[in-house]
Amino acid sequence: MKILVGLKHVPDTETKVKVADDGVSLVEAGIKFVMSPYDEYAVEEALKLKEAAGEGEVLLVCAGPESATATLRQGLAMGADRAVLIQDPRFDRADGLVRASALASVATQESPDLVLLGKQGVGTDESQTVPMLGELLDLPHVSAVGTLEIVDGRFTAHREIEGAVEVMEGSLPAILGCEKGLNEPRYASLKGIMQAKKKTIDVRSAADAGIEDGALGEGKMVVWEKLDLPAPRSGARILEGEIDDQVVELVRCLREEEKVI
Amino acid sequence: MATEEKEMKVTRGCNFLVDEASLDDVFIPEEFDEEQQMVGQLARDFYDGSVAPVNDEIEALADGVTVNLLKEAGELGLLSVDLPERFGGFAQTKAVSMLVAESLCKNASFNTAFSCHTGIGSLPIVYFGTEEQKQKFLPGLATGEIIGAYALTEAGSGSDALAARTTAVLNDEGTEYVLNGEKLFITNGNFADLFIVFAKVDGEQFTAFIIEKNNEGLSLGAEEKKMGIKGSSTTSVILQDAKVPVENVLGEIGNGARIAFNILNVGRFKLAAAVTGGGIAAMKETVEYAKGRQQFGRPIAEFGMVQHKIAESLSRLYAARSAIYRTAGYIDQNIATIDVTDPERDSKVIDSAIREYMVECSILKVFCSEALDYTVDEVVQIYGGYGYTQEYGAERYYRDSRINRIFEGTNEINRIVVGGEVMKRAAKNSIPLFARAKALLDELTGFPDLGDDDDTSFLANERKLVNQARKIVYLAAGTMGQTLGMKLQDVWGHEELLGLLADLIMETYAMDSAVLRTMKLKERGAPDVDTFHSALTRLYCNEAMARMEITARTLLSAIVEGDDLSMALSGLRRTAKYAPANTVALRREIAEYAASHDDWGL
Repeated sequence: MKILVGLKHVPDTETKVKVADDGVSLVEAGIKFVMSPYDEYAVEEALKLKEAAGEGEVLLVCAGPESATATLRQGLAMGADRAVLIQDPRFDRADGLVRASALASVATQESPDLVLLGKQGVGTDESQTVPMLGELLDLPHVSAVGTLEIVDGRFTAHREIEGAVEVMEGSLPAILGCEKGLNEPRYASLKGIMQAKKKTIDVRSAADAGIEDGALGEGKMVVWEKLDLPAPRSGARILEGEIDDQVVELVRCLREEEKVI
Repeated sequence: MATEEKEMKVTRGCNFLVDEASLDDVFIPEEFDEEQQMVGQLARDFYDGSVAPVNDEIEALADGVTVNLLKEAGELGLLSVDLPERFGGFAQTKAVSMLVAESLCKNASFNTAFSCHTGIGSLPIVYFGTEEQKQKFLPGLATGEIIGAYALTEAGSGSDALAARTTAVLNDEGTEYVLNGEKLFITNGNFADLFIVFAKVDGEQFTAFIIEKNNEGLSLGAEEKKMGIKGSSTTSVILQDAKVPVENVLGEIGNGARIAFNILNVGRFKLAAAVTGGGIAAMKETVEYAKGRQQFGRPIAEFGMVQHKIAESLSRLYAARSAIYRTAGYIDQNIATIDVTDPERDSKVIDSAIREYMVECSILKVFCSEALDYTVDEVVQIYGGYGYTQEYGAERYYRDSRINRIFEGTNEINRIVVGGEVMKRAAKNSIPLFARAKALLDELTGFPDLGDDDDTSFLANERKLVNQARKIVYLAAGTMGQTLGMKLQDVWGHEELLGLLADLIMETYAMDSAVLRTMKLKERGAPDVDTFHSALTRLYCNEAMARMEITARTLLSAIVEGDDLSMALSGLRRTAKYAPANTVALRREIAEYAASHDDWGL
């Protein structure tokens, strides 16, 4: 089974980000970039499926800057077989459709039996790539998969919904978005790190990746106009006095100070 | 190693005392390549994902927890980072093994078990074992299937290791040695599968043996109740007519001292990396606490005296880490010159490539363990009353730190190693210390060199301070050589003097290493070097120079008197003269940076 795993290179969730002077990008100096945490579940699941089958190939694909090779190398060190990095200036602050289009082109070139992604990319957290990729390729797609079984070319995916578990079945190839808890991602061992050095990261331009002119929407459908950091949290206040007075004061604060009611 | 490092040339041990290093020859931790950084990341991920969640179980010495973690670390390759490839290792540089050591340091108990196993528990076999011993034990040590321990200390022989009373007697058939004695304070005792035990053959020839746990006649004493690192196992090892096959003699009969002391060099610099990583992690937590803790309506991180503690700790830890990787780089450059196909390679690595830097290894052990002690003391103070309770980590860090000044050679013994070995190398003229001392005397009796005080280049002042520091060492060592001469061949009776000289030498290495790293960061265009790193360096150098003058005065006053002393002290005043920086302002800058940045790049 050939499994394609889409990866996103994102700022570490522990990093405190700063907005650059242009107002739409982040100050990258001093920020650590990592594999988007949900993508780790996708890599792990792909490796487990390959190991269970005893054969197959795990191919990593990332549309991103040259520095994203670090994320691909991490996936290779976990055990993936090869990696493709598609580079194009249009991926800079790209929207979900641009990324999904790029992945769709590579998927068309590579014809995998299964495509696994994180259910969302940490950072922008739009959760768009899975359904968009499914629609672009006209393949079944399920996101937020918490349990996955693959038997005889069909998948059974469990996803948690409000108060229940939804069970989806479908045929392969399919696009599945991985949820936290699907598995326990392995560490990239020293052996894996050493082996990753010998694996190739195939760097392709958009054209090499089969992305036709116009396929990236020529300019984005979503344009980043302004980035703002969340307002710093001001100190909490504990209201005092009789309960009736506290309620009056609470309502006053919500109306006059916070202006939320 | 990255290609740029291949061009580094081999630097002799103690060379920092006589020559200004070229930046090209100094390794800094910012030079790790992508793959090496991934190894460091693996160690951090393993700590966060596997060790941290069971911290309490480790501290309670719960059955199997540490052993299972060591096995997991073994599967990941973390136990065999710098073991030879043919025995299942990854043959990485010493610098990379330092990176791993410092990443696993947040739990000092686990780190002790880890360092003991990978260092003194495994390396004696790597460096001194026969081919058969290596094949038999190293693959298991690499995976954690076999856990190693090192049994040197006895009730009556601690620092004086060679006074051991454990005996080994060859049986009549010549097939086995029969060992009797008791070894004390054995780290990993309770779960080790293999012990490197030192005993005297026929009561005289100090020799190392490999003894397996199930060896008849070997038993363990109870767990010691310790002040700190409570989650690391420490027991005695009792040998009662323990029969050890002759093929388990490690090295040659009577060669135990060479093994014991050389292995300690490695143990010392690994300890340095671990404690420095521990200090940085503890201060990181503390700064977060100080940002959240409000008094007088402001976070305490904004108060000058708290900022003083943070900045002072960070400047010491920065100098410490600079010196660690610089030393690791020297050792790696030296090891790289030994032919990989040389059958004697392993013993050359330890006997020559590492031994060359025994002074640096001892400096690191003392300097870094004391930097940690300073840091955890201030950590408790910043936490205030909460620091004295077990609610936060501060109390544990404080207790856990204390052992580092004691084991792997007490800091007193290590100071004697530093002072004594430098004087020895000076006497043999393998470092031209006395020639420099004479040149300094000529300089001091001539007209003062007013120098170019208008040098405004990057860290000009601190580079000058390092040169002054070297001269203070020349003055001290030269005066000691002149007045004590051959008497110094016997260190006893001069211990305090050697200790004071060691302090001067250590400060010089720390200052020099911090300056070189910051210069190299500047050359590489690293972010924040003009603010944060240069402030750390300036603070360290200023404070160190002030301490050095006092130390040198104490030393000179103890060895010369009358006119000679007046002459020496006036020379010292001239040598140690400097225009002090505003260190109060520097500390504020450093603490403010630390409070507003996640990644300190220490």
